[in-house]
Amino acid sequence: MELISISNVNVRYKNGVNALHDISIKIKRGDFVFVIGGSGSGKSTFIKMLYREIKPSSGAIILGGLNVAKLRDSKVYKLRRKLGIVFQDYRLLPKLTVYENVAFALECIGAKKSEIRAKTLKAIELVGLKSKTRAYPDQLSGGEQQRVAIARAIVNNPKLLICDEPTGNLDPDMSMEIVKLLESINKTIGTTIIMATHDREIVDKMKKRVVVLKDGHLIQDYEKGKYYDEAD
Amino acid sequence: MMKLIRMLSRGIRDAFKSVFRNFSLSIASVSCISITLVVIAVSIIASWNINNFTDTIKKDVTIIAFIDSKATDLDLEQVDAQLRKIDNIESITLKTKQQEKEEMMKEDEVLKEILGDMDEDESPLKDSFLIKVTKLEDIKDTVAKIKKIDLVHTVNYGESMVEKMLSAFKVVRNITIIIVVALVLVNVFLIVNTIKLTIFSRKREISIMRLVGASNLSIKYPFVIEGMVIGMIGSIVPILITIYGYTYLYNSFDGEIFSSLIKLIDPQPFVFWVSLIILGIGMLVGMLGSGRAVRKYLKV
Repeated sequence: MELISISNVNVRYKNGVNALHDISIKIKRGDFVFVIGGSGSGKSTFIKMLYREIKPSSGAIILGGLNVAKLRDSKVYKLRRKLGIVFQDYRLLPKLTVYENVAFALECIGAKKSEIRAKTLKAIELVGLKSKTRAYPDQLSGGEQQRVAIARAIVNNPKLLICDEPTGNLDPDMSMEIVKLLESINKTIGTTIIMATHDREIVDKMKKRVVVLKDGHLIQDYEKGKYYDEAD
Repeated sequence: MMKLIRMLSRGIRDAFKSVFRNFSLSIASVSCISITLVVIAVSIIASWNINNFTDTIKKDVTIIAFIDSKATDLDLEQVDAQLRKIDNIESITLKTKQQEKEEMMKEDEVLKEILGDMDEDESPLKDSFLIKVTKLEDIKDTVAKIKKIDLVHTVNYGESMVEKMLSAFKVVRNITIIIVVALVLVNVFLIVNTIKLTIFSRKREISIMRLVGASNLSIKYPFVIEGMVIGMIGSIVPILITIYGYTYLYNSFDGEIFSSLIKLIDPQPFVFWVSLIILGIGMLVGMLGSGRAVRKYLKV
């Protein structure tokens, strides 16, 4: 059963640059997919397109029954409620505690107070930050902050978790921990995960599906892949 | 429905919270609103007083229609009936020779001597109707109509003075309206910009709200409420200045400026109406300002 079906998508920026050329790919429920590629490969554009930060110039993106490519600005929230997003720079609110940051996602969509409390505590426990519930982001390490961001992304039980270079700011040990956490979320809850990265070690170790982009073209799609390098 | 109520109450709670959380920026917006509202309050008070003053003067304008000395009581009744047919007339008062005589005798000792000895038939005085009009602007037409009535001897209303006064009032009123409107517009502009600054610093918060799936309306709503709260807080000082300042002014001038002709409006309930207007402008401008300012960040 496919969660995402992308067919013949082109993205052309206003300045004339073609960021993505004729991309077609299907991603099943419960998949864990690495998207790799160097700078300017279209990796970021691909990720942004999935959560409708960017609108494709042509083609269709069907995500959980929604045609993302045709979604209007005012309806984008409907898509965002179905997915969680994690960034390289965590994007936490500095004046809110760990608990408040995670609960924020549920408050924004008008969840019940009791529901917010239960789900928030569960998500914080899942990422292993139970003891830091009342801490502020600047009192946490980079890895811990990224865990908070992951907790916020999964608190609403999304079908899909999109990670845009989540380990980019972390040292190798910490990076591995974060990816292990993502893997356990993928396995225990069944959340589909798409992760953009350029961390060779992680990709090689995890042995997951790997999609390789280069100059806006999808050039490889390995089922149990390794980091792709032109030199290889 | 429950969800809507939850969202509404959350919006109000968040609005108050973030006013205090972003205290220094809130202070900037509040003081900006306060200063402009003070100026608006002063100009509203001034223009209202000018209007009040011109209204009282307008009310004092009276047409006097003197009736031919030969007129009998029956004739007077007829003239009265004819006058009542003319539109634009607010009130008609008959002043008989006798009343006129008594009034004049009260005013002056010499006149008292002369008039007191005079017979009813010898009297140089005439019966007259004192007429007030509803629309001062149309006074010329009304006077022309009165003149046409039989037995009306002469009509007097101080033509040149009234004409000049009318045009002067028009100019003054237009100027005060322009000033108030211009000030309100300037206020909106200033506040939109100040709130834009405060919202710029919360771009991140807005972008995260969008990322986690908050709808545009639910993002905008707390900011609009916040703008309203800021507007409310910003109108406190102008309202205090209005209430105490105007009352003080009124008392120290004994309710009139320069002469008894120019009367100030009684502070009660006048200051409360002005305060209400100020509060309304403050809240509305705050809401509009933040609503406009946040819109920019709601595009993907």
